Amino acid sequence: MFYRRAGIRHTRYQDERQIWPLPFDRRLALLIFLLAIFAPLLIDRLYLVSYLLPWVIWSTAALGLNFLMGGAGQIHLGYGAVIAIGAYASVHMVRAGLPFELAMIGGGLLSAAVGMIFGATALRVKGLYLAMATLAMQYIVDFVIIQFPAISGGTQATLQVPRVSFLGVEVTGDLAPYYVALLICLLVTLFMLNLRRSSFGRALAAVREKDYAAAVIGVNTFRYKLLAFWVSSFIGGVVGSVLAVCYYRAISPDQFHLDLSIQLVAMVIVGGLGSVLGSFFGAALILFAPILLNQFFGFAASELGMTISTDLRSHVPLMLYGAMIVGFLLWEPLGLAKIYANLRNYFLVWPFRHARQ
Amino acid sequence: MDMLLLAELAINGVFIGLMYALVAAGIVLIYKTSGIANLAQGALAMMGGYLAWAFSALTGFPIWIAIPLALVAMFLIGTLLERFALRRMVGQPIIMVIMLTLGLEIMLRGVLPGFFGSAVKRLDIGIPPTPFFIGDIFLNKATLIGGSVSLLLILVAIYFFNSRLGIIMRAVSDDQSAAWSVGIKVERAIAIAWGLSAVMATAAGVLWGATQGVDWSLSLLLIKALAIAILGGLDSLPGVLIAGVIVGLAESLATGVLDPIVGGGTRDVVASVIIVLTLLLRPHGLFGREHIERV
Repeated sequence: MFYRRAGIRHTRYQDERQIWPLPFDRRLALLIFLLAIFAPLLIDRLYLVSYLLPWVIWSTAALGLNFLMGGAGQIHLGYGAVIAIGAYASVHMVRAGLPFELAMIGGGLLSAAVGMIFGATALRVKGLYLAMATLAMQYIVDFVIIQFPAISGGTQATLQVPRVSFLGVEVTGDLAPYYVALLICLLVTLFMLNLRRSSFGRALAAVREKDYAAAVIGVNTFRYKLLAFWVSSFIGGVVGSVLAVCYYRAISPDQFHLDLSIQLVAMVIVGGLGSVLGSFFGAALILFAPILLNQFFGFAASELGMTISTDLRSHVPLMLYGAMIVGFLLWEPLGLAKIYANLRNYFLVWPFRHARQ
Repeated sequence: MDMLLLAELAINGVFIGLMYALVAAGIVLIYKTSGIANLAQGALAMMGGYLAWAFSALTGFPIWIAIPLALVAMFLIGTLLERFALRRMVGQPIIMVIMLTLGLEIMLRGVLPGFFGSAVKRLDIGIPPTPFFIGDIFLNKATLIGGSVSLLLILVAIYFFNSRLGIIMRAVSDDQSAAWSVGIKVERAIAIAWGLSAVMATAAGVLWGATQGVDWSLSLLLIKALAIAILGGLDSLPGVLIAGVIVGLAESLATGVLDPIVGGGTRDVVASVIIVLTLLLRPHGLFGREHIERV
């Protein structure tokens, strides 16, 4: 019905190998792209800055983590630390007078280098041990940033981001940061969409399914695992610099604690491991569910006369993240992306259910 | 640096390390039987502390009834967790199972302070707060008693592995399907392991709650426990004892010696450094079995 497949016949291989073989999907993607471009005209500035901008940035970060966890099957519990390295490195470079474009890439490279060191530590071992090594990375990076005043600008200090320009446009006000974040998000999304069509993506998939089996058929597993860490950490570093310059504008160590890592892992799991679309869904749910629930509690307290303690309200996000991770893993391990895929498959042949394969 | 201070740091470090080791022993117990690293162990310890506090402060039981009540309740909670969450994940990739336990950890860290209040709860188990002196060395009584109890409990756990039930668990950890085929109830063995591990977590939670009060920070025991479990070898209970002493000593000495130099905060990073170093130099730990994987 909606996702009409009837009457679409691909006569060339390249037609069938498109990212979106069905015209409806193409139009939907185009519509979303246009909506994102013209969002500043459509919605209020307040919503743009406090809802849409974080959603775009966190989605990019979730894509970077999803590349590692869903694409290469390597667990990472310290992605917040990777983002912190990118943010601090690029802000320091900008303050030293480097243009923002270069600082962004520099932050990405430094994140990639540090991330790869910890990845290489853990690649002799895997699964479980990797989880612990990356968890240790989070704590060590936190410690280094806080303890070295040269990096953090002193304990409890914030580091101001100077005025910068990106490709000749000054990144100030509400619009420019949004478009910078959107551009980076678009680039990462395109990379992720095309990943599974490349030999790199296929090699990663082989490593993910079973690394020894991949080695037997000639995939250099160590190299690809390391590459996966490199690419994912690079994306994390770039996101860090975008986060610092476009969203926070003044960074302090507590913005990048374990909580951020947990948030991102929750986004990937809730959205769906290995799914591009899922990263966006997951980021939206994890970012906005606590806000909505908190507003509901506020409404319940003021309108319905329910008394809800501040302790309870302040712990709602943690409860929600945990409950969503557990719930999705138990009942829908492939996350929101799978739910969307089920809906799509249902409407593909609606109302002729019997025609579904 | 005078020797007296070093000796004081070392002795306190050993006992604190033994208290950490109790949490790590729970992780090892579960890993030994089911091959899962339980990242919710810190949260279970916190939950045990909260329950003991709730039974004594909210319902008015004396503490010597409240603690056994908390232990029994946590045994049930542990087995229920295994039955309704972990067992459904059998056959899923290890990454999913780890994430599930991490999800439990996050959820418990929100639920318990959320409903019981996030202020620090005082858990009085009858240890007088007066300090204790050997010569000129100042020792914390709560830490001394906590460390001794932990040592005792871990020794009991080691002994337990030689009992009938312990032999069943060792069989399960060796080869689940082989154990199954000779009539061992594998699910029950794993469920009991989870229950016992929750009991050990509760004991640790109560002991730590008695020294520093009960609040969400008890769940931070996880990272130290992980460091101990990895250093000792994930499937070795005696390894936990020795690694616990090493980690406790390292942490205590780092706090005393390095903190004045770098300006504080080394306490929390020692465990992480130990994890990374162990993985670099000897990934299966001091006493762990080297794992051979086949395609």
